[in-house]
Amino acid sequence: MSAVVSAQNLGLTFKTNDGDVVALSDVNLTIEKGEFVSFIGPSGCGKTTFLRTIADLEQPTSGTLTINGQTPGDARKDRAYGYVFQAPALYPWRTIEKNIALPLEIMGYSQSQQAERIKRTMDLVNLSGFEKKYPWQLSGGMQQRASIARALAFDADLLLMDEPFGALDEIVRDHLNSELLKLWEATKKTICFVTHSIPEAVYLSTKIVVMSPRPGRVTDVIESNLPRERPLDIRETPEFLAIAARVRDGLRAGHSYDGDHV
Amino acid sequence: MSQLQIFLALVAGGLSAAAFALSVVTPFEQALLLKAFLALGFLSLIRFFIPLGLWADGAFALLGAVALLTSLGIFDPTPAFFWMALVAAWLFAWLFVERLSKALAPKLGDNAGLGLLIPVVFGAALLVIWEVVTRGANVPPVLLPAPSMIGAQLANSASILWADFVQTFIKSVLPGYAIGCLSGLVVAILVDRSPFLKAGLLPIGNFMSALPIIGIAPIMVMWFGFDWQSKAAVVVAMTFFPMLVNTVAGLNASSSIERDLMRTYAAGYWQTLMKLRLPAAGPFIFNALKINSTLALIGAIVAEFFGTPIVGMGFRISTGVGRLAIDLVWAEIAVAAVAGSVFYGVIALIERGVTFWHPSVRGGRA
Ligand SMILES: Nc1ncnc2c1ncn2[C@@H]1O[C@H](COP(=O)(O)OP(=O)(O)OP(=O)(O)O)[C@@H](O)[C@H]1O
Ligand SMILES: [Mg+2]
Repeated sequence: MSAVVSAQNLGLTFKTNDGDVVALSDVNLTIEKGEFVSFIGPSGCGKTTFLRTIADLEQPTSGTLTINGQTPGDARKDRAYGYVFQAPALYPWRTIEKNIALPLEIMGYSQSQQAERIKRTMDLVNLSGFEKKYPWQLSGGMQQRASIARALAFDADLLLMDEPFGALDEIVRDHLNSELLKLWEATKKTICFVTHSIPEAVYLSTKIVVMSPRPGRVTDVIESNLPRERPLDIRETPEFLAIAARVRDGLRAGHSYDGDHV
Repeated sequence: MSQLQIFLALVAGGLSAAAFALSVVTPFEQALLLKAFLALGFLSLIRFFIPLGLWADGAFALLGAVALLTSLGIFDPTPAFFWMALVAAWLFAWLFVERLSKALAPKLGDNAGLGLLIPVVFGAALLVIWEVVTRGANVPPVLLPAPSMIGAQLANSASILWADFVQTFIKSVLPGYAIGCLSGLVVAILVDRSPFLKAGLLPIGNFMSALPIIGIAPIMVMWFGFDWQSKAAVVVAMTFFPMLVNTVAGLNASSSIERDLMRTYAAGYWQTLMKLRLPAAGPFIFNALKINSTLALIGAIVAEFFGTPIVGMGFRISTGVGRLAIDLVWAEIAVAAVAGSVFYGVIALIERGVTFWHPSVRGGRA
């Protein structure tokens, strides 16, 4: 196995008008090919920033970061990843199918390939029938599913997802969670997944990264020993609950760390 | 009925009653229609016992307008009750529009045709008042000709007006507008790539659009000669900077997350421009197109004041005033008003089609 993401002593400090904001400090993390990694931590602890740094949307201020052995910039130019933002970011002048076609157009896929991929990914996120609708005619959850379809439409081996299911109801969320697991199984993609939900993190991941707020640190990295095959009712098993408890402890430790110093 | 409607109904009815009382001193057969209108207006006061439909008020207003127009010139001097009838008819029209807009308000969104009715009623009322006042009060036509005179002049000098329209609108406004807007757009895209040019050119652009560009008209005549070329040049100068400034602003209108998305696809400059930044700039560009449509017409007409062959709307207006051919001047103004409105309207229609997605057009949440 080779490292897809490798961070050593990674730090990122935003310079703002009212002082420096440390968003990441001393992050050491290796993500192997085919892993499903969840990032969990309180709001503002730097989860989005870490994902954006991997995506070459932010530049680290210290330490090193490589993606597939390359710099993040080169990896981005190789179209190594698909990114699902915290907000849907669909273009309002394009229909849903045209929004999903956007990366395909840019990357030069043929018309027939585009049509085939649009259909496949729209089926996957249960949006069939809404091809010709505009984003503002859809609910927030449907918009978010369209943005997931857009990130899946092209073949990036790394999928960066920033709270993709945050705006969805429990039922749809469960459905998409198991769909996402199936997709991950079938495609052998590497997935980095930000969430606020402990059950979601435990259900999905092979590795859970617990982060603590300001300065953004990794406090715990939990390897999950759950089987790869995960029916939804795995969430009632003792193994599952044990991992969930460890994540909760990690989050609590992060908070007390915060409390000691402020 | 709202308070305003009650007030309008009371005053209109009361005024009709008073005017009717004053009118009985004149010989019975004089201006029968006007008297009938006043009598009916008086009777309209029964609305406080039996409700009257809004179309009744429309009918009163229409009857009043016809009665006033037909009894113009019967009386000399014009008696007080005539003017009272005018005010009463106007109040009925107001009441009608007021009630109509209240009744239409819930339906307006999906029926633009009904929405047009109100401005039409309003415009027609204005024309009637204009006609009745200018002729009833014997306003000298040099000061303000009656709409009927202007209309007659429009029909009589159709060929002159058409030649002027072609010279000014087709030859000066349209090419100047197209060149000015297009070059503004292109320069904006070029400027946008270079922070240096943006920092240097934009303040100049703002400065230039604040200048009365009309002032350069004589210079343009020296440079490009008397014919339409110099007018088109003035139009180019007037439309260039609004387009430049608006487009530069529009190119930065896309949100940072929308631009990040393009970055994650490693999209090139031109791909980002064509697929994101230009579409997002659409509302700004159309804003400039609309501003420019009015500026262009003003520019071309005024530029003709500074030297022109013996044809053109501006030429006709400036010489018409000198020769006291005021109704021709007004006919020319009417043509300019219609041409300008149609021009603006066409662009606004295209805008609705192209930027349909923008919250200001579709009227939804952002
Ligand atoms: N562009 C920026 N400029 C300055 N500070 C920033 C910027 N982006 C993020 N930050 C700061 O960095 C810290 C981490 O932000 P980040 O968005 O990564 O948090 P997060 O873990 O994703 O939170 P949430 O769960 O609420 O999405 C925050 O304190 C935030 O204020
Ligand atoms: Mg975030």
